Amino acid sequence: MKKNILGLFLTLVLSGTIQAETVFVTLEKDNALAVVDPLAGKLIKSVGVGLRPRGLAISPDSKFLYVATSDENTIKIIDTESFKEVGRLPSGKDPETFALNPAGDRLYVSNEDDSLVTVIDIAHKKIVTQIKVGVEPEGITVSRDNLWAVSASETTNMVHWIDTKTNAIVENTLVDPRPRALSFTADSRQLWVTSEMAGTLMILDVKTKQLIKTINFEVQGVTHDKIQPVGVVIDKDGKRGYVALGPTNRVAVINAQTFAVEKYLLVGQRVWNLAFSPDQRRLYTTNGTSNDISIIDLDTQTVTKSVGVGTYPWGVAVKP
Amino acid sequence: MIRVLNLSSKMLLKLLFLIYFFGENIVYADARQMINIAYLTQEQKILPTLSNLDAFIKDPGIPGAELAIIDNNTTGQFTKQQFVLKKFIVPLDGNVVDSFNKLIAGQYAYVMVNLPAKLVNEIADLPAAKQMLLFDVGTIDDELRNAQCRSNVLHLLPDRAMRADALAQYMMKKRWTKWFLVIGATEEDRLYAEAIKRAAKRFGMKIVQEKTWEHTYDARRTEQSDVAVFTQVDDYDVLVVADQQGQFGEYLEYRTWNARPVIGTQGLIATAWHKTHEQWGAEQIQHRFKEQTGRWMEEPDYAAYLAIRAVGEAATRTQSNDISRLKAYILSPAFALQGYKGNPLSFRAWNGQLRQPILLAAPRSSVAVAPVEGFLHPKTELDTLGYDQPESSCLWNK
Repeated sequence: MKKNILGLFLTLVLSGTIQAETVFVTLEKDNALAVVDPLAGKLIKSVGVGLRPRGLAISPDSKFLYVATSDENTIKIIDTESFKEVGRLPSGKDPETFALNPAGDRLYVSNEDDSLVTVIDIAHKKIVTQIKVGVEPEGITVSRDNLWAVSASETTNMVHWIDTKTNAIVENTLVDPRPRALSFTADSRQLWVTSEMAGTLMILDVKTKQLIKTINFEVQGVTHDKIQPVGVVIDKDGKRGYVALGPTNRVAVINAQTFAVEKYLLVGQRVWNLAFSPDQRRLYTTNGTSNDISIIDLDTQTVTKSVGVGTYPWGVAVKP
Repeated sequence: MIRVLNLSSKMLLKLLFLIYFFGENIVYADARQMINIAYLTQEQKILPTLSNLDAFIKDPGIPGAELAIIDNNTTGQFTKQQFVLKKFIVPLDGNVVDSFNKLIAGQYAYVMVNLPAKLVNEIADLPAAKQMLLFDVGTIDDELRNAQCRSNVLHLLPDRAMRADALAQYMMKKRWTKWFLVIGATEEDRLYAEAIKRAAKRFGMKIVQEKTWEHTYDARRTEQSDVAVFTQVDDYDVLVVADQQGQFGEYLEYRTWNARPVIGTQGLIATAWHKTHEQWGAEQIQHRFKEQTGRWMEEPDYAAYLAIRAVGEAATRTQSNDISRLKAYILSPAFALQGYKGNPLSFRAWNGQLRQPILLAAPRSSVAVAPVEGFLHPKTELDTLGYDQPESSCLWNK
């Protein structure tokens, strides 16, 4: 009993010093959203959100979650306290991946079947425009300076540079086969793009829209064609980037200055999407086939925990 | 205009979309690099089959080629390249070689051929074909990838050996190692059985009994007892059937003497593509294909799609339409084709066979994908299927 009280006390003290945060994970096969306390390493609950939830983002003020419920052809707005649906956005057909602009007033959605990017005005819940892109657009992101929205089309093997002021494509860059995910550096000077089929990470220069560097991955005991990079994130100091390597069950740690691959961290099976904690001291990964998330401590660069969340975890977002 | 008005609004939107899409091409057509692709096939005879559930497909392959051309041109509009597909369908009583010489020779560098094995090599050996790259989207013959291989032909579909190996790997995982082999009467059935025997030997399976099906091919008249009597053999784990045309294989399941599953050309099959496949983005292409044609994508469609996408990928990467550059790129280690099956696809540089995962499927369920986990290879696990480099008798590079 004493121990328990002490434990409780320590927990309180610790959670008082470390910022409490909540991790949200969409569960594609459970039609639900998992709510995780990452510091305690516990699944708090899972709440139903609609059919086949995949893409997930949180509003800049952390009040709302945007959840693409693909089989309902909509993006739902969910209150992060009550988990009640407070609205729906006209996403176009079968929404999967989308990106929120830094101001939090525009959403860019990939419509894979129609080769379109749909731009949504969140406040008015209206489609601003639809932009014709390559075949099977998937990864999409907006630069921190809000100048660019970039869409990657998996079958056309290109990234399309959309000027956010005019909503027109101004340039296309050919990249390695089946580009999956992309992410800008915090200074908006580089775009990092993963290629699932070539097994590479490409660093593009935003000014010239040209390739600066292609990074290859090598994991011992894994043949090259198993290396299938998907999610990519870069820390705000521009020191390191992290790439989820899908069926290799690893996250690659990349030095963002030298582009050297520093380490491969073993996580759950078919690691897919990545998100930082607000203080960027931890990284959360969704592991598609082991039905859990892994928590990586970035100070020590080690995997500290895995938390079972439910069937087919897909997207991940963090609330401070 | 009245005609256009009659179209549904969806069709109209599509039409407008296409005009918008390719309108630009018309304006700048002369500034674009052209890549002309021919598709050569012959009308098919309807062969007798046991089940009349599946509608006869008149044009297998062609819609796959058409979808790939659209995809290539989407990329092409950004790279200033235009891909044009011309179809040559020789009538049933026509002469394919004549058609080739008259209509294709000297005019095309990239030719898709959906023809029987014998005709593929007849075409490949013609003088005009020497300066071409032929894409075989129809055959599954091991011979064409071995002793009878041609250095100007690439093969898109997995051959019989690859299919048999895929089945064997899965059977090994299940530990269903005792096989009862039932062979049909056609030459194709004999070749399929050969591949099964090779796979059995390679993966340590035991063929406990081998029998030839000599009964009737009519499901309405065949008595239940036929199969029951026929299958009273020494104990086995699975019945492996070799019936490529589908004359009796469907009839074996649920009628065997012992309760045993059926695999091979019926039951659990090994195939390049299947309607139950939806992983790795396959759902999207299944959907796009079905919307375009109103039917499921079949193996030749998938093969033709990949072949034209391979030309597209090589043309985009090299920014060229020159055959020697494209061919070199296609056979280089840099070439990686997205085929909706997880792994990047590439051609085996020793015989031109497309290396690819193979789907193991039951009629309404996707059961497994080969290479099955645990079958290792120093270069790529995909080469655990079929004739690996040291086993190949193809003299391409020798």
